[in-house]
Amino acid sequence: MDFERLTFHEVTRNFGRRRALNRVSLSCRAGEMVALLGPNGAGKSTLLSIAATLLSPSSGTVQYGDRTARTGGAALRARIGFLAHDLFIYPELSAAENLRFFARLHGLADADSVVDAALGRAGLEDRRDDPVVSFSRGMRQRLAIERALLHEPRLVLLDEPFTGLDDAAVAATRARLRALRESGCIVLLTTHDLEIVEQLADRAVVLSGGRLNTIDGHGSGLRERYRQAASS
Amino acid sequence: MTFLRVVWLVMRKDLLVELRSREIVYTTMFFAVSCVLVFAFGFVREGQPMGDVGAGILWIAVAFSGTLALGRAFERERQSETLRALILAPVDRPALYVAKLLGVLLLMAAVEAIVVPLVALLFQAPLFRHLAMLLALLAAGTIGFTAVGTLFGAMLSRARSRDVLLPILLYPITVPVIIAGVRGTSALLQADPDPAVARAWLSLLVSFDVVFITLALWTFEPVMTD
Repeated sequence: MDFERLTFHEVTRNFGRRRALNRVSLSCRAGEMVALLGPNGAGKSTLLSIAATLLSPSSGTVQYGDRTARTGGAALRARIGFLAHDLFIYPELSAAENLRFFARLHGLADADSVVDAALGRAGLEDRRDDPVVSFSRGMRQRLAIERALLHEPRLVLLDEPFTGLDDAAVAATRARLRALRESGCIVLLTTHDLEIVEQLADRAVVLSGGRLNTIDGHGSGLRERYRQAASS
Repeated sequence: MTFLRVVWLVMRKDLLVELRSREIVYTTMFFAVSCVLVFAFGFVREGQPMGDVGAGILWIAVAFSGTLALGRAFERERQSETLRALILAPVDRPALYVAKLLGVLLLMAAVEAIVVPLVALLFQAPLFRHLAMLLALLAAGTIGFTAVGTLFGAMLSRARSRDVLLPILLYPITVPVIIAGVRGTSALLQADPDPAVARAWLSLLVSFDVVFITLALWTFEPVMTD
């Protein structure tokens, strides 16, 4: 299944007595990259987890085209790629074994060639059979990005994708994200790097105290607009 | 992708990870053997066991080491939040439960293969006299215990006090399994064995397994996404 739009409508999520998201409404269309900004604990990761169908909203709805997480089921999950703050990779397995496992779990036809291509993009061909536990944070991050994008998802959710990456890897990841957007993916990413947002994102939204404000993600003065939105 | 293919993929991954680390099988086996040895120091005098304690000690070792194995199996998935990656995969989510269940059952079978002969040796328990019935009791009991434990282990994988909560939740619900296992095994160890009584307890264990595996398959998906 494919969908042209991701829509959050009045989404609220409570954890016990704490309200992580408060009536958040947001719509993203295919071929758009939306940056989700906000201070630590603002609810960004919670919103991404809800979009990834890993959490249910306490109230409100999330729609993927005309489907919901319940009606979309496994077919919808096959179209979602999620890079979380925790990287979702097994440290005891090698880079190739991790990717092969997830490729097979997604039912990809030629898992071995998909894995080879992904390792090439991550620059990990020469470390393909080394256990991930021996990798640096940056190498794990590159592997996790490839793990999230292995099945060519329609909805790409990235929680701080540039964490731990060196300059070359940041440049490669930026190029990868541009290519995803141009191929029609809906890209929703969180980051604290406003320079990247200015260069990459079509739109930026700010979560603060569980509430959402939209700001212009383009051009200079983003830092000032972000500060105003975060404090409002 | 078929249900069985997912079960196979996840179980194979779990066994590969365990083969690399050998963490769960060694710690669980060491714990179970230590448990039996401690009881042997207390209940064996001059090579003779004090009363009919073999069945109870066997099942205590199985239950305690099973709790350890369940906790570690899900701790491993928690470290990089890989359980969430499995939940996000486009597969039947109950298949993930079945894969985890089978993985822990295989580890428990390895532990029991060591503990049963050890109990038979130290407590002079004629465990091999009705071997088929003993294996059926052990299999049904271990499946029931692990079926409940796998569901709770997955539910608690993100709870802060999971190590404390798992036995607190698991033991009260699996009391029927322990009682049926001990009484069924005990019936086989008497001077005059009573296979009919053992069969009755086995029926109870099978009923428990059917009820709790059905419940777990039904509830696994909602409890993992809320």
